[in-house]
Amino acid sequence: MAEPDQSVLAIEKLSKSFQNTAVLTNIDLAIAEGSFLVLVGPSGCGKSTLLNCIAGLEEPSSGRILIGGRDMTGVPPKDRDIAMVFQSYALYPRMSVAKNITFGMQVRGATRAEQKSALERVSGMLKIDHLLERRPAQLSGGQRQRVAMGRALVREPRLFLFDEPLSNLDAKLRVEMRAEIKRLHQRLGASIVYVTHDQTEAMSLATEVAVMEGGIIVQRGPPQEVYDYPVNTFVAGFIGSPAMNFIEGHIRKDGGAVRIEIPFDGKTMAVPAEHYPFVGSTEDGTKVILGIRPEYVTGRDRASGDEEVSLELVPTLVETNGFDQHVNLAFGPAEISGRFSPREQIEIGTPLPTRIDLSQMSVFDRKTGMRL
Amino acid sequence: MSAWLTRHIPKIAVAPSLAAVLFFVYGFIAWTGYVSLTRSRILPRYQLEGLDQYAKLFRTPRWDVAMENLLVFGVLFIAVSVALGLLLAILLDQRIRAEGAIRTVYLYPMALSFIVTGTAWKWILNPGLGIEAVVRSWGWEDFRFGWLVDPELAIYTVVIAGVWQASGFVMALFLAGLRSVDQEIIKAAMVDGVSLPRIYASIIIPSLSPVFLSAIIVLAHLAIKSFDLVIALTGGGPGYATDLPATYMYAMAFSRGDLGQAAASATVMLMTVAAIIIPYLYSQLRQSHD
Ligand SMILES: Nc1ncnc2c1ncn2[C@@H]1O[C@H](COP(=O)(O)OP(=O)(O)OP(=O)(O)O)[C@@H](O)[C@H]1O
Ligand SMILES: [Mg+2]
Repeated sequence: MAEPDQSVLAIEKLSKSFQNTAVLTNIDLAIAEGSFLVLVGPSGCGKSTLLNCIAGLEEPSSGRILIGGRDMTGVPPKDRDIAMVFQSYALYPRMSVAKNITFGMQVRGATRAEQKSALERVSGMLKIDHLLERRPAQLSGGQRQRVAMGRALVREPRLFLFDEPLSNLDAKLRVEMRAEIKRLHQRLGASIVYVTHDQTEAMSLATEVAVMEGGIIVQRGPPQEVYDYPVNTFVAGFIGSPAMNFIEGHIRKDGGAVRIEIPFDGKTMAVPAEHYPFVGSTEDGTKVILGIRPEYVTGRDRASGDEEVSLELVPTLVETNGFDQHVNLAFGPAEISGRFSPREQIEIGTPLPTRIDLSQMSVFDRKTGMRL
Repeated sequence: MSAWLTRHIPKIAVAPSLAAVLFFVYGFIAWTGYVSLTRSRILPRYQLEGLDQYAKLFRTPRWDVAMENLLVFGVLFIAVSVALGLLLAILLDQRIRAEGAIRTVYLYPMALSFIVTGTAWKWILNPGLGIEAVVRSWGWEDFRFGWLVDPELAIYTVVIAGVWQASGFVMALFLAGLRSVDQEIIKAAMVDGVSLPRIYASIIIPSLSPVFLSAIIVLAHLAIKSFDLVIALTGGGPGYATDLPATYMYAMAFSRGDLGQAAASATVMLMTVAAIIIPYLYSQLRQSHD
């Protein structure tokens, strides 16, 4: 077993460029035994490239990768003690399901008995016993996904790598398989690096999230922390659905009191910020963006904390999903979105009493986009 | 009137070529079939005589040689072209530099007609002009490479020239197939610890079976109609050692003045080709229906 301070995976100053385009820049990342790290970011930000570097399918341009404390520079994928699941499942098309799962073991010289017992263990765990004789073409998407996971599980590797394994599934199946992956993780205590561009998936699976943008890890931490304290407007807008509301304003310092003033309806609305945990010191007059999650914009019947403002806002769009009404509200020239109780009577165009809870707001510098 | 025109103009436009195809292809197939049942010599005679021409055809040693040659040539030509084409495609698939140029070079022979190929190889293989003469001029006075003039071996020179012409095309087919293999499958196999030769042998090549089928069909029909290659390379000689059914038919029709024999051999060839093509077309059409 690994020592407490030794991480399963450590990435040090890793950069990768193809020809002259830098795809990954100076990535530092370490994950502890048993964690479920989700790399999340928009399409093309370099997630797959990073995963391929970890797997040894791509050679980093600089920096190094350690798996279980061992430097992996020049080590081929098969000797890295990893297993990988791909987006397209990547099953061997001409082999049966059973063969797909055991082929790697056979190549690595496992005996028939070993292959058989591993196959039984894994196919039972994934409930694919009845599919073992089929070809991949005869399986549904979800079944293929299970087989691909089975192929990874028989390896009993130190580290599992998943590259968007659920993105080819339909919505319902995706939620099911997501839960299944989570259960597997809890049961096996395996260490996992999981890539996705779907932030919901990231939030629900991860013990730790790393948000990537343009080849850089922008923020990393437990999902709730990333959700509550996004480091910049990119993370704030990317994590969470519907997206965080952004409201422009500026800081007003007045003796000891700190306020954020927001021009609204020809007047100025003042938001007290005494309790806001500013990262550093702030200047009077700094132009800022106030970030408020939609669930903190609610109706009268949803009581919230004492740091709140009450307003009358005009609804422009209402979407119902059964447990919530998701409402867009005109806010000056812009719009903000809120979540209202399904019992509330809401009419487009009729001013609606609205409360905005400010205890969970985020403040960003409008120039740099960074959290203040 | 104009509505009638718009509806029928496509049919009117296609009609002449359809009529031409019906007449020149299917009409003459029927005519040939008919003539093969007569005792026509230089000129056709339209008196039916039954299957005499076929009986005579299968008694003729020269026809046996031609069929045997077709078998030897066909099997070797297809097998070697497929093997060589696949090997070239795998080598090219390693993302080497100048791949585009190399691919063009290999494909180029396919753009030549068999006549050009045959003539070029006639010179290359001619003992007095080609390889044998060159090697002798380098000092190996005893060197012999006389396949072209050896009745036993001459058919293999046809195989060499045919393979030279066709293997580049087969390579292009396989290369396209290799390129369409999901790269993630290869990555998965590498993570699984499968060596590169094994990845090709166990995973990639088995998934290319449709390409094998297409390549074999194309090569088989090339083999059956490779009349011009033989004419240009060996002229069917020495003697009739490299005769193929097509050259046999040509000889009967135009130098021996035996139209009945020619027609009978042509009909047998048509049946042979149909025996290969029809099941293939049938399977293809069935696939596109479901
Ligand atoms: N072999 C390559 N050569 C050149 N550029 C590449 C190569 N592979 C990837 N890239 C570039 O690197 C960038 C990151 O690619 P990558 O596949 O890692 O993105 P991703 O985050 O996985 O995106 P997605 O969510 O769409 O899968 C992209 O801009 C891509 O164009
Ligand atoms: Mg990707």
